[in-house]
Amino acid sequence: MARRPGTGYLGVVVRRGSTRGLDWRLGPAESGLLGHLAYSQRLTVRSRTERNWLGPSPSWAPQADLFSPRSSHSGGKLTLLCDAKTDGSFLVHHFLSFYLKANCKVCFVALIQSFSHYSIVGQKLGVSLTMARERGQLVFLEGLKSAVDVVFQAQKEPHPLQFLREANAGNLKPLFEFVREALKPIDSGEARWTYPVLLVDDLSVLLSLGMGAVAVLDFIHYCRATVCWELKGNMVVLVHDSGDAEDEENDILLNGLSHQSHLILRAEGLATGFCRDVHGQLRILWRRPSQPTVHRDQSFTYQYKIQDKSVSFFAKGMSPAVL
Amino acid sequence: MTPSEGARAGTGRELEMLDSLLALGGLVLLRDSVEWEGRSLLKALVKKSALCGEQVHILGCEVSEEEFREGFDSDINNRLVYHDFFRDPLNWSKTEEAFPGGPLGALRAMCKRTDPVPVTIALDSPSWLLLRLPCTTLCQALHAVSHQDSCPGDSSSVGKVTVLGLLHEELHGPGPVGALSSLAQTEVTLGGTMGQALAHILCRRPRQRPTDQTQWFSILPDFSLDLQEGPSVESQPYSDPHIPPVDPTTHLTFNLHLSKKEREARDSLILPFQFSSEKQQALLRPRPGQATSHIFYEPDAYDDLDQEDPDDDLDI
Repeated sequence: MARRPGTGYLGVVVRRGSTRGLDWRLGPAESGLLGHLAYSQRLTVRSRTERNWLGPSPSWAPQADLFSPRSSHSGGKLTLLCDAKTDGSFLVHHFLSFYLKANCKVCFVALIQSFSHYSIVGQKLGVSLTMARERGQLVFLEGLKSAVDVVFQAQKEPHPLQFLREANAGNLKPLFEFVREALKPIDSGEARWTYPVLLVDDLSVLLSLGMGAVAVLDFIHYCRATVCWELKGNMVVLVHDSGDAEDEENDILLNGLSHQSHLILRAEGLATGFCRDVHGQLRILWRRPSQPTVHRDQSFTYQYKIQDKSVSFFAKGMSPAVL
Repeated sequence: MTPSEGARAGTGRELEMLDSLLALGGLVLLRDSVEWEGRSLLKALVKKSALCGEQVHILGCEVSEEEFREGFDSDINNRLVYHDFFRDPLNWSKTEEAFPGGPLGALRAMCKRTDPVPVTIALDSPSWLLLRLPCTTLCQALHAVSHQDSCPGDSSSVGKVTVLGLLHEELHGPGPVGALSSLAQTEVTLGGTMGQALAHILCRRPRQRPTDQTQWFSILPDFSLDLQEGPSVESQPYSDPHIPPVDPTTHLTFNLHLSKKEREARDSLILPFQFSSEKQQALLRPRPGQATSHIFYEPDAYDDLDQEDPDDDLDI
């Protein structure tokens, strides 16, 4: 399968004996798209016939940067997830289970849902968050529970969510120090985990909790400097797009993050409304903030349907329900 | 061939665009968006300036030094002086490694230089500063830096200063963007269609009208510019010469044209509510054969007959 330069590696998994008679040789495999996206995050799959929705097997090998093979800088990448008029949290669940399966050290700042919620979904996707947390692979900041602690109990040392206590909290420095502490490499001899990953779900709630857009951008800037540049890890953050609601702070946050990210995944609801068979469409935009791209067609749009344990992708108008 | 000669020996059109952007000096503002990023054009301009022998300073706030230097050869990298404000711009690590005063302090320090070498300052990016500083502060600093060479007095020996700034348009309202663009001698707005990048270049030469041009381009991996013609426009669908054009005014069920007699009759028609002298006479003349009319009124049981005129107390 030929690689088109500068567009990543599409069509990694070819579906054999497709029940619908469609061969996605040059498009994303039906369930391999998100796995493919993760391939651009420097991981590779051991066997192409493994129809593993969630990407690579635990033994992985670092792959050269797909976008510019000559680049010597192999820093981490920032992936921005945003959703407009739909719920993009399925992407968060995917990336969480994907990175846990890839043996990465994951720091998950979960401000929206409880630990048990992610754990239940993770079990469907094949990872056990409880075990990952116990063996030290997952550092989980449960925002909902910690918020109660920080407000109702006196803390001796600064809590990551210290800004909830303070009337004029200027910055998210305690949260950044929590992240840095969680992901800093342990000098215990052999490296147990591959590379660190920071996952945030989600950043828009920080705006609702009183932080300014610039303070959140500063937090992400420092996380990028530490996680992506210093530790060569990856970052995945989710921001909601308010769309017509004209939320200026959210727009500043979303645009500011878009300019800094390498990959933007945008889950949108269908323009025509709710549909039972097509839950939305996913727009993928690859950006290289400082490298020129020879071919500019770096944007793709696919429609998807969320199923119980996987998500199926198809080109626009090619939903199995209408074919 | 020295690198500067090599740069000038490139294709004439390519040099025209980069040269025209750098020729005026002052502030060159690159306005980009999420879809059409401008950092590669900024790096192309930085490379051009370095090849022309100028001193290049880079105030980097948004990307790391490694990422910015990526793609440049070693001789260009040796000419770049990089001021790193990416790692710890707000001094959260409390180590005082960062330049005191942050990027703004560094920018202001550039005002105080006195050597006659032409210098290029690449500011990456003013958007970062604009989100954290008042617009007026940034505009004053940029004005002071970019207009050094035009100040009278003992600073006449200072070489030409070019400030390249990469502004992300969507992050700011029209006010700050307008303020910065009014400071700029050259303004490049990036856009494009169908995978091709387009630059709208607005040059404000002193004592001349601003010139506006558009240029399709693409940037090669070694940060040199490749000018292009633009995406091919699809040809207009032509009409089949064998089918004669149909006149839609034939076979109508209504009359589109008026004959002379009809037109005269239409012009002589008096509109019903137009008050002309004939109408006035007609109204004043009592109409023959019409007696004054009577109104017969049978009051209802609940009717209130009040003979008083309610308008009596009006003093008109």
